[in-house]
Amino acid sequence: MNATQERRQRWRQGVEERQRSPRSLWRFAAPQQFYPLAGRLAPWFAAAAAVLAVAGLYLGFFVAPTDAQQGEVYRVIFLHVPAAWMSMFLYLVMAFWGIVGWVLNTRLSFMMAHALAPTGAIWCFIALWTGALWGRPTWGTYWVWDARLTSQLLLMFLYLGYLALTRAIEDPRRADRAGALLAIVGSINVPIIYFSVKWWNTLHQGASVSLTRAPSMATVMLVTMLIMAFAAWFYSIAVALWRVRTIILERERHTDWVAAELDRLAAKEKG
Amino acid sequence: MHWESWSAFWDMGGRGFYVWGSYGVSFALIALELYFLHRTRKAVIRRLLRWRAARFEDTGEDA
Repeated sequence: MNATQERRQRWRQGVEERQRSPRSLWRFAAPQQFYPLAGRLAPWFAAAAAVLAVAGLYLGFFVAPTDAQQGEVYRVIFLHVPAAWMSMFLYLVMAFWGIVGWVLNTRLSFMMAHALAPTGAIWCFIALWTGALWGRPTWGTYWVWDARLTSQLLLMFLYLGYLALTRAIEDPRRADRAGALLAIVGSINVPIIYFSVKWWNTLHQGASVSLTRAPSMATVMLVTMLIMAFAAWFYSIAVALWRVRTIILERERHTDWVAAELDRLAAKEKG
Repeated sequence: MHWESWSAFWDMGGRGFYVWGSYGVSFALIALELYFLHRTRKAVIRRLLRWRAARFEDTGEDA
């Protein structure tokens, strides 16, 4: 064993020791500890998402006024903008977990990245789909190869690339690292999407919400959009937590605690 | 109430296709995601139970 390998092994042992320490927050980086925590948290996030979505849809369809320029079709915004935000945000979160996994050598970080990818891809598709349906009546076309739309389409391919790559590599440790690398490198695209409307002359309108200037839309529209954004966020958390639980079971199947959990699940099914 | 009638609501000022096409497909996708999440979990649990049973048979141990 050479010096680098020795250092790595010492580091891994250190991580595992901290994960076993009952008073350290590190313990939740251990899949065994995170699995029940995720199971307890997910329903609350799902319930919050459902309540917010109902409130947001009510405000969006029954309270928000008709737009002076666009008429009723602008109501697509309440779905389009939160979906686009989530698609970019989740990709950055995936890259974040990829970096944590590479640096700290925590298995759970890679599993979190895996759990986020399908949901991010769905938000990305929803952003593209609703954008196309909104573009047709307002711009006269479903699609145009401008900077915003093209970079968002690239994000879709980055998500699909991540999903294909991590499923194509059989050794999970290598799949984890290759996927994380793609997520980290691909995250350069996210600021490009976000600032594309500023950097290039595009058909797409500028940012609806900015920290530096007053919003360009009526308050009720803005509030509705933010409520829908929180609904999308909480939904994504709930789904990622549920998905990571299944990933943990599969990855940790050789451990005693998963054996015990399988007994419990089998007993519940026979019920 | 913002709308004069339900038909005005569904018509969305003549843009019903675009508005409902957006919301319909998006919520269908979300419903599909939740369905597949549930189905995958069930399938994984069943597969792991089978995998464990097969392993016990191999080694001749009691399950």
